[in-house]
Amino acid sequence: MDKQKLDFLNAKSDEIRKILIEMIGRLGVGHVGGSLSVVDLLTVLYYDLAKVDPRNPADPDRDRIVMSKGHAGPALYAALASKGYFPMDEIKTLNRPGTNLPSHCDMNKTIGVDMTAGSLGQGISAAVGMALAGKMDKKDYRVYAIIGDGESQEGQVWEALMFAGNKKLNNLTVFLDNNRMQIDDYVDNINSVEPFDKKCEAFNMQAIRVNGHDKEALEKAILKAQKTKDKCTCIVMDTIKGYGVPWAVSKGVGSHSFTISEKEWREFCNKEAD
Amino acid sequence: MQDLKELREIYCDSLLQMAETNKNIVVVEADLTNCIKTGRFKAAYPDRFINVGIAEANMIGICAGLSTCGKVPFCSSFAPFATRRCYDQIFISVAYSRQNVKIVGTDPGITAELNGGTHMPFEDMGIMRNIPNMVCIEPTDAAMLKSLMPQIAAYKGPVYLRIMRKKCEQIYGDGAQFDMFRAFTLREGSDVTIFASGIMVSRALEAADKLKNEGIYAEVVNVYCWKPIDVETIVKSVSKTKCCVVAENHNVHNGLFGAVSEVLAANRPVPAESVSVKDLFGEVGKIPYLEERFALRSNDIYDAAKKVIARK
Repeated sequence: MDKQKLDFLNAKSDEIRKILIEMIGRLGVGHVGGSLSVVDLLTVLYYDLAKVDPRNPADPDRDRIVMSKGHAGPALYAALASKGYFPMDEIKTLNRPGTNLPSHCDMNKTIGVDMTAGSLGQGISAAVGMALAGKMDKKDYRVYAIIGDGESQEGQVWEALMFAGNKKLNNLTVFLDNNRMQIDDYVDNINSVEPFDKKCEAFNMQAIRVNGHDKEALEKAILKAQKTKDKCTCIVMDTIKGYGVPWAVSKGVGSHSFTISEKEWREFCNKEAD
Repeated sequence: MQDLKELREIYCDSLLQMAETNKNIVVVEADLTNCIKTGRFKAAYPDRFINVGIAEANMIGICAGLSTCGKVPFCSSFAPFATRRCYDQIFISVAYSRQNVKIVGTDPGITAELNGGTHMPFEDMGIMRNIPNMVCIEPTDAAMLKSLMPQIAAYKGPVYLRIMRKKCEQIYGDGAQFDMFRAFTLREGSDVTIFASGIMVSRALEAADKLKNEGIYAEVVNVYCWKPIDVETIVKSVSKTKCCVVAENHNVHNGLFGAVSEVLAANRPVPAESVSVKDLFGEVGKIPYLEERFALRSNDIYDAAKKVIARK
């Protein structure tokens, strides 16, 4: 990746993080940590490698991006708003009555959201269905599914991975947001999902482990997945919950969902009072 | 009288027929292809047939994903596994997400016979009825299934279809036509209405015959669409007969008795009696034993009719 592209992507991830913090900040509370940990991936997908067009969000030939860890909806909304899927002003409506931006992703409410999620473990199965439909129709779109490490304690995730691996769904890429934390504690203290890459390999998949905040590494891994003809790929992204916002990272396990003061978000976003 | 064809044969015939013109029809199984007998579909359309293995939650999720891409997936399993086992997946990935998935649950109630309590669904229609916008239909026989399948495929939205797999008693003539959202009045009467579904329809007709011998005229209404329920036909019938019996091969709670009672309470309160499974689990047995065990015989309908008429 050349420096110009990297600078551009870094500027975009900064922008998305600011939109995200303003969105949750204006409401005062939300799923901050696990939203921030997937921002770099969303930046690489929406601004670099995914074949999507905000002017034609229902294009049957578009790539699909499924946020299976549905509580990271705000990260997805920030990326979509930044891309122009809907007016930026809408971010002020997060979780307010009648909003198009509910806490968890809803394909019937938000333009650009490809699958409803929130009950963990379900989005990845839908992504498998989308990949199968692509094969049936001989279309070359790709499906990107983002799952959480805590989410992967759900049995359905393994049903879907086993099937995707065995069916060699090379048009599906699964990203594990391996931020190592869940609501109650560190994932390893509750029920470890590691070694996730080895488990995926045992499920007849290709597994690639990357630093989930390294955009060059993400791009390289996704390109490798795109070129792989005979396997479904899982990209295990080692991430930091709350990445990019020091006071979110410092909350540790508490970063899953917490309150943000007006002072905090305005300072982070460099925004004066309205 | 027995129809020549098993219901599963009719199911697969319909799928094959529709698949010719509707390229979006897809069949999804979870290792029960040989039980529901969709092997002929697999042979004819191998690219539109998916067997996910023994993983019903994944089956439902895959169907939801297929639907987002314009496919019309028909998936099936034994009714407890097609509904109870993957209820949240149906609730969120299919219904809440407004996906066009058709879910088929087989071997309703006591027709699960020797598979016993683990496989004997007395609650499937009830839990599915509780999902907003889920259409719940129990076709009565082969002729009705044949008539309803194209309508179910054409309807845009989730449908739960509760069917027997094997041969069942023929109630309607071949070629009979039905509206998927209406109830069908099989016999007119003036003294009591018997609302019945599935295997209880033939028992209701038998009970009506017995009542007729005593000069009691029962109206028999086949309520095959439990949701949305045909309010007009129900209210019209009880307005005439002033009482009713509801007969279902299902638990009393949240089943057809509940659905009909909701209509009565809100529109035309009349005495009602229930012939149903009274909050019990299933068990192994053949139909003659099970219908006695759970009091689902025509005599039970007859007794309930006498009882409800006395309450008028």
